[in-house]
Amino acid sequence: MAPFYKYGFFGDEMSLVLAFVLGTGFGFFLERAGFGSARKLAAQFYLYDMSVFKVMFTAIVTAMLGVTYLGWLGWLDLSLVYLVPTHLVPQIVGGLVLGVGFVVGGYCPGTSVASLATGRIDGFVYAFGIGAGTLVYAEVFPWIKGFVNSNGMGQVTLPEVFDLPWGLVVFVVVLIAVAGFSAATLVERRFGDKA
Amino acid sequence: MSSDYRPAAMPGSGRPASPYWNPYLAGIGLGLVLLAAFVLVGRGLGASGAFSSTVAWLVNLVAPAHAQSNEYLQGYLGDGTTHPLKAWLVFEVLGVMAGALFSGLLAGRARIAVEKGPRVSTALRLLCAFAGGILMAFGAHLARGCTSGQALTGGALLNLGSWAFMLMVFVGGYSVAWFMRWQWR
Repeated sequence: MAPFYKYGFFGDEMSLVLAFVLGTGFGFFLERAGFGSARKLAAQFYLYDMSVFKVMFTAIVTAMLGVTYLGWLGWLDLSLVYLVPTHLVPQIVGGLVLGVGFVVGGYCPGTSVASLATGRIDGFVYAFGIGAGTLVYAEVFPWIKGFVNSNGMGQVTLPEVFDLPWGLVVFVVVLIAVAGFSAATLVERRFGDKA
Repeated sequence: MSSDYRPAAMPGSGRPASPYWNPYLAGIGLGLVLLAAFVLVGRGLGASGAFSSTVAWLVNLVAPAHAQSNEYLQGYLGDGTTHPLKAWLVFEVLGVMAGALFSGLLAGRARIAVEKGPRVSTALRLLCAFAGGILMAFGAHLARGCTSGQALTGGALLNLGSWAFMLMVFVGGYSVAWFMRWQWR
């Protein structure tokens, strides 16, 4: 029965080894997709290369279908998979700020690591900026703590909030993704010649 | 178009850099790694948390009293019985470095360079990268995760906060893209 770590199949040390191994796969596919390059990533926001959307949604759909089927087969207890608690307003504000940082700097934290590992100086400087920003964040944390912890809704999923069956939400997400992929390809054809 | 976007060659390699993978193929690979993380350890992938652990460790080296009195850093230092860098996400991010370097070398894409559009100077591009990193740190910590820990991981688990976050990342990005186009086009 999965998750194996939560069921005590192995201990903390082994989970750290797996962290490295899983990270290797993560970094490999990020670089394969071209996400070690800020130009490739930023292209998403100028509509001539929609790879960020395509890769992200393909990954989400793949993993979502995986956990759904494994759950239905009774092989994976989804309630034991960690879910980040929802704090709606701080997460909406955080998303906006992060999106701006993405276009200004050209990366997100994971892709900046893939970028600096393949020798990109801008990726290294970006990662350094994340470190500096984290330091400042830690210093101002006492003043913004109230906001960060506001709107707490606990660990909650879309099917729970909208009171819909899990399978239906999964189906809708797949439909949205497929429609999105077609739309993204049309958008690339329209704006691609300007690249 | 995406298929026309080719990375520059690695100097001294004597061969052109390979084109990037088809996004759907790379996405399936990424999704299977994420699924493996759910099944094996019961958690998803992440990145920003590793930066927090590293910063907490560094501040604790330079000014231990200050680090231990700071509520945010304290959360990453723990009770002092384990090393701050002995954290799941730190090991995972070290893996990301190794995996990305392996892929980059294999494809002839690993090289010392600055990624930027033709119209911007290197100095200004690096300044933007630094500023973007600071904004990213604030966004990720406010949201309790970044594109990996929230959008990707929470997206696949149908987490409410993650989907709200993901939508706003695209809104935030597209709303400033026009003003920053000199950096990329």
